[in-house]
Amino acid sequence: MRDKKKQGNLLDKGNDPAVKYADPKDQILNDKQQSRRDFLEGSGAAVAAGAGISAFGIPSAKAQSANSSATTAINLTVNGTRQMLEVQDRWTLAEVLRDQLDLTGTKIGCNRSECGACTVLMNGQPVYACSQLAVWADGAEIRTVEGLATNGELSPVQRAFVANNGPQCGFCTPGQLMTATALLQTNPSPSSEEVKEALVGNLCRCSNYNAIVEAVVMAGEEGGLA
Amino acid sequence: MKTLTNVNVTSFGEAASASRTARQQGSVPAFSGGGSDLLQQLKDGTDNADVIVNLRSVADGRTIQSDGSGFAIGGLVTLTELAEDPSVMTGMSAIAQAAASVGTPQIRNVGTLAGNVTQRPWCWYYRNGFNCFKAGGDECFSLNGENGQHAIFGGGPSFIVHPSDVAPALVAFDAIFQVTGPTGSREVSAEEFFVLPATDPSRENSLNEDELLTGVRIPSVSANTVSTYYKVMDREAWTHAEVGVATVIQRDGNAAQNAKVVLAGVAPIPWRVRAVEDFLAGKQINAAVAREAGEIGIEDALPLSKNAHKLPMTSAAIEAAVLSLAAG
Repeated sequence: MRDKKKQGNLLDKGNDPAVKYADPKDQILNDKQQSRRDFLEGSGAAVAAGAGISAFGIPSAKAQSANSSATTAINLTVNGTRQMLEVQDRWTLAEVLRDQLDLTGTKIGCNRSECGACTVLMNGQPVYACSQLAVWADGAEIRTVEGLATNGELSPVQRAFVANNGPQCGFCTPGQLMTATALLQTNPSPSSEEVKEALVGNLCRCSNYNAIVEAVVMAGEEGGLA
Repeated sequence: MKTLTNVNVTSFGEAASASRTARQQGSVPAFSGGGSDLLQQLKDGTDNADVIVNLRSVADGRTIQSDGSGFAIGGLVTLTELAEDPSVMTGMSAIAQAAASVGTPQIRNVGTLAGNVTQRPWCWYYRNGFNCFKAGGDECFSLNGENGQHAIFGGGPSFIVHPSDVAPALVAFDAIFQVTGPTGSREVSAEEFFVLPATDPSRENSLNEDELLTGVRIPSVSANTVSTYYKVMDREAWTHAEVGVATVIQRDGNAAQNAKVVLAGVAPIPWRVRAVEDFLAGKQINAAVAREAGEIGIEDALPLSKNAHKLPMTSAAIEAAVLSLAAG
């Protein structure tokens, strides 16, 4: 983690009225954040009066146009730590992990459920974090590659990747590790066929599949729970 | 990602009402179960929804219930759950196999039955922003274009293929589709649920605005029912069917009774091949019968300029599916 401060509760941060919402990519430069609610509350009656909320909680078009996008307060338990976050509804889970929580181990490759680089565990199951809105993950337990090592010691599947040269360029590795971790939790000693089946949703552009499969099989043979 | 507002709802009725409310306010609503495809469409601009009605907090529609004869499967059951449910694997293996053949574990872990059945087509013209019938336009670019993956049955004026693997398996089990809208719920048969482009080329099913598929009901599965889903892909995994064959029979000794043969990937809707179903009635299942079933299965096919390869593929897939249901 590069910046511990960013792991904190974003709701508690001091808000600077001058700060406008930026895209998630820009957020990493902006420590000071402002929620839509804060913006509306601080912007005078004219704007607040326009912020009609329907019976179903759908902000009116006016309310939305007052800022770039609706925001929602959510709870995420990430790698064992409970996080309270105010997220823009349009942010994906991958964007929130990377840009709000600085957990940049989770990679965004295709950004469309077609490569697997963004795979994280949601309530124990591998999912594509690029294809989930963060608001949909409210209340979920998320595990990322940063959560695999314990007290600086790599998990068995991570060690097996090192031993088998599992990473080449390394970009797909975090996703591969997360899917493999989920597999080993349900099937502690998988065959290579079972590994191939489980990891089918994680592409490796270097085509290092044999080494990756061998690594996961080795992690299993070594009694490797992640 | 574009600007949007997420709305959490706790019931299907509330979901339909939230969708209608958003529409009345000038927004474009969309329901989200697993959301994988929806987000891709939003990022690509092929869906311009700006209010997402999130079904994650809906409690209903998450169970697979059996009363010993029939089944009720909730629309929010994930494909992983459908593929791994013991009662489905035993009683309706075609449905479990079809669910297991979709995408990847990551997609199946979030993807739902209802989302799989109602997903929009994966025609490359539609998905790449061409203003085709499916996008509200008035032509199908595949007709004189790259139509290698398009329909050989039931096409015209649009030649998309229905993308769902699960839907043909549901049709083969005579599933009743359960629909909820702002003013109530209704049940429709497969014939009423799926819509051919000749009827309306802009849609794939008869869901009206603000309506959503909440589940399916399989009225009855007899003890001697056997089934299979046989899927042919242009790679080993993570893609749609070139052709898929859902076959259900009641096996009497080695004779097929009440056969249902429904194809994926070759028509704009799950495509029943009634000629094959009629041919199989009472027949002993063996290699010769299976081969003839495959030949009969493509008699009505009308290939486009670049998809004639689907004919022998479909024939062989029907043959393999039927033969796999032989006794012993």
